[in-house]
Amino acid sequence: MAVVPKFVGARIKRREDPRLISGTATYVDDVRLPGTLSAVVLRSPHPHARINSIDAAAARSAPGVVAVLTGEELKGKVGGIPCVAPAEHIPFHPLLAQGKVRFVGESVAVVVATDAYKAQDAADLIEVDYDPLNAVSDPEQALADDAPILHEEFGNNLVTRALIPNPAVDEAMAKADRVVKFRIKNQRLAPVPMEPRGVLAQWHQANGQLTVWTSTQIPHLLRSALAAVLSLPENRVRVIAPEVGGGFGAKLNFYREEALIAHLSRMLGQPVKWIERRRENLATTTHGRDQITYLEVPVKNDGTVLAIKAKFICDMGAYLQLLTPAIPGFSGLMMTGCYKIPAMSFEQVMVFTNKMATDAYRGAGRPEAAYIAERTMDMVAAELGLDPVAVRRRNFIPKEAFPYVTCAGLVYDSGDYDAALTKALEIVDYPKARAEQAEALKHGRYIGIGVASYVEICGIGPSVMLPPKVPGWESATVRMEPDSRVTVLTGISPHGQGQETTFAQMAADAFGVDIDDVTVVHGDTAIVQYGVGTFGSRGLSVGGTALMMSVGKLQDKLKKIASTMMEAPPDQLTFTNRTVALQSDTTKAIPLQAVVDAAYGWKMPIPGMEPGLDATSVFEPSGCTFPFGTHVAVVEVDPETGVVKFLRYVAVDDCGNIISPLLVAGQVHGGIAQGIAQALYEEVVYDENGQLVTATLMDYAAPRAQMLPHYELAHTVTPSPLNPMGVKGVGEAGTIGSTPCMVNAVMDALKPLGVRHIDMPLRPEKLWRAFKDAKKA
Amino acid sequence: MFPGQFEYHRATSIKDALDLLKQFGDDAKLLGGGHSLIPMMKLRLAQPAHLIDVTKIAELCAIGESNGKIAIGAAATHDTVANSSLVRAKLGLLAEAAAAIGDVQVRNRGTIGGSLTHADPAADYPAAALALEAEIRLDHEGGSRTVKAADFFLDLMTTAVQPGELLTQVSCAPIPSGTGYAYLKHPHPASGFAMVGAAAIVTLDRNGKFATVRVAVTGLGPKAFRANAVEAALAGKAADAATITAAAAKSADGIDALADIHASADYRAELARVYVRRAIQAAVARAKA
Repeated sequence: MAVVPKFVGARIKRREDPRLISGTATYVDDVRLPGTLSAVVLRSPHPHARINSIDAAAARSAPGVVAVLTGEELKGKVGGIPCVAPAEHIPFHPLLAQGKVRFVGESVAVVVATDAYKAQDAADLIEVDYDPLNAVSDPEQALADDAPILHEEFGNNLVTRALIPNPAVDEAMAKADRVVKFRIKNQRLAPVPMEPRGVLAQWHQANGQLTVWTSTQIPHLLRSALAAVLSLPENRVRVIAPEVGGGFGAKLNFYREEALIAHLSRMLGQPVKWIERRRENLATTTHGRDQITYLEVPVKNDGTVLAIKAKFICDMGAYLQLLTPAIPGFSGLMMTGCYKIPAMSFEQVMVFTNKMATDAYRGAGRPEAAYIAERTMDMVAAELGLDPVAVRRRNFIPKEAFPYVTCAGLVYDSGDYDAALTKALEIVDYPKARAEQAEALKHGRYIGIGVASYVEICGIGPSVMLPPKVPGWESATVRMEPDSRVTVLTGISPHGQGQETTFAQMAADAFGVDIDDVTVVHGDTAIVQYGVGTFGSRGLSVGGTALMMSVGKLQDKLKKIASTMMEAPPDQLTFTNRTVALQSDTTKAIPLQAVVDAAYGWKMPIPGMEPGLDATSVFEPSGCTFPFGTHVAVVEVDPETGVVKFLRYVAVDDCGNIISPLLVAGQVHGGIAQGIAQALYEEVVYDENGQLVTATLMDYAAPRAQMLPHYELAHTVTPSPLNPMGVKGVGEAGTIGSTPCMVNAVMDALKPLGVRHIDMPLRPEKLWRAFKDAKKA
Repeated sequence: MFPGQFEYHRATSIKDALDLLKQFGDDAKLLGGGHSLIPMMKLRLAQPAHLIDVTKIAELCAIGESNGKIAIGAAATHDTVANSSLVRAKLGLLAEAAAAIGDVQVRNRGTIGGSLTHADPAADYPAAALALEAEIRLDHEGGSRTVKAADFFLDLMTTAVQPGELLTQVSCAPIPSGTGYAYLKHPHPASGFAMVGAAAIVTLDRNGKFATVRVAVTGLGPKAFRANAVEAALAGKAADAATITAAAAKSADGIDALADIHASADYRAELARVYVRRAIQAAVARAKA
């Protein structure tokens, strides 16, 4: 008789939350070391300029100033910021600008002083003589013959060009009833984590060791990169990610300041701290998206999509961060979505512009893909006069077809797309909603119903999917301590995902102990074995599998020892209520503590067995997981103001088996918020001269609670065959489903006007203009 | 975000505040809730050497009724104004405007005197103050003067307050019973300020015609203003939809509308017409109720 899980699947409140909501969590800025100096970075006000000279004499002699550094002074002392993704042109990426600045906010000099106020006072005294140059902010202009060139050594602004041709696409064009063509844009977004970036570095002169506290998603990868840039042995560098207040992909990176502050601490022999300000965060933390896509979609009149052909123009910004040119690849590979589209081809042109670099942002390439796929379905439906639901059903990959190899070569692990769509439509009562929509229109009310059926990639790895220095495996160590409490050391680095809760649920059930008997440790390279990090919705499916591998090793050892004590075969034993018990009769049991005592005792009960209870495992997944779902939104657009009012928002997500329902709901809520914000509100705006317009949160419209609908959440459950828990991942799903869903809903509302597409964000003014233009026509 | 060096003074009385103002002159800034001043200081766009905090002066925080008017101390927070039973009962429009400002944190710190003195073109209070024909008391050493709201807002972030003066009180005649009012705003998606805010106060005669109508608009131009053309078009007319719509169409006449990435001047002007119409309609409905 199997023991019923007590914690897995239960609605457990996050164990992280009490410290977060009571203000007792320790973020980088809360780490206070005696003698810490403060750094302030002087940044470029120009999008593109030659630096003639920097006069820092007044700053150097200002009160409290310990050091001032410029790019010239760093030459030969430290390396540059790495980009590990392949690209034709990878420029040197200095810690402080050398010779030229290439975007607004680029670091030019750093001042270190006894406090941040004095450092800022001194930074204000630095005089930089700039020769402003023409700038390019439009990626479609970046390759024009007369475009200003950011990196002269390349002769143009091309980062790289990727071409995935396919003759089958041309054949599909030839036999199509018609070809639907359109251009769509995934605008540039700022991730805006609540906690901006921050770095504290402490050089230990006595033993040549460096400790760096930084707000990161990847402490181990960062340690490797830092060691390389600073020419330090990796075993002398310790990276600690303390509490991290959100990352959304923006902290899956290695930033100038992380290396710069570490270098300064080593140079000065004192701890140095830098905390990013919100203006710096908006200007100099990686942005996301910024892809323009030209689509050609051959279809049959019954709505069958025969192929997708795409040309992408991808804005990489001025320099390449860790994974910058790797992100668009996901958009291309995933753009066929949930559909059995037989052929696809794409060309991606990635360009330099005078802007901050783009890189991963919640979904990292897949939201763009889902937006393409789901806008395509609606455009096809509109073109052919078909119901968008019918077009989706005509093209869905059927559930019998899994595992399904897409025309891009991806292997979708499992799925039942129609089940999620059907459930979402039932909840919203689709026929009734359509009837109400038609009735409302008679009274001049513009209601729209938007559907988006998404599929995305989670559980990133395996390693072959990623660049060499960002592997796809994950590690976990599990220890049962002498008092039978459990310590989990995970290689992932949760920063809001809640694995201190989920991993404790899993370990507690596995050993039959209480959830409070489990402690999950992460984010310190001196304590935790090498790991990869938290991104790509991989924490549970990859990190959790590593955890369960180590759990299994300890279970085996405990059972073997218990078997000698209970005179029962190990394979007939189980863990429950802090005992090791017979599966057939759990009243026949011995205390777990007795087995643990034996394992740690002076004499192991099994000769030759190693004492102790400690196991480490690394899981290399065989493939990615592909969670999916359908979101349905019902909205009403006010024709007088263009304001979008939310009537319903239904999300049916399938992330496989669910370990922690409250955490899944939280992830979906946050994801939908950011996804709707892309659809309606957010856009990083640089003007045509490269000046950053959305430089503060007074201009950049990050969503607030009252700007979002009430969410109605439901699930279908299609386990993944790729991991023992049958989980898929849910960190990015909400973001990926909600953006096209909301745009489809608004465009559906505008359908009576004859409007097919408006680019995001769907600001009220754009919608108001659509009504105004329709009235004129 | 590190402001330059400054000295902080907590004024204990109006006289104390005026003395400090006199002592430090142009080097001083009065501090209310600080929601506009402190961010400017953090960006070093403002670098006052002295801050005179007036929010702990007890008489500046009071809300009361005297001489037939409701008087609100300049340091009353938006939250206090929004939730004052006196203000809600007798100056409902002001309470509605206060409740529409920013978010809870902003309302807990921001003050009515600070908001009016700062005169942000998109602030909510100015529209209500204009529609209520508020009187604004400015104290100076040895005396005080009263300025009508209509004479208070001069231009973008510019008011009638002179050097050495402290805004101490905002007073309004209570809204008589049978009067309808409404404050409606279209919030800026990033800042929460009014992209357009419209305040309307309306009384109808026994024939359902406009007896009094006062309309004020914020957010549209460099300063909040009374929509005189709208008021004139309504005076003595029947309070029907066509009349109101035609009058509201004049809401943006002669105004040089502001623009940003979220709303062009054209769109803001249209928002003003729509929100003015809706505010008048809501006020009429309440006047009838």
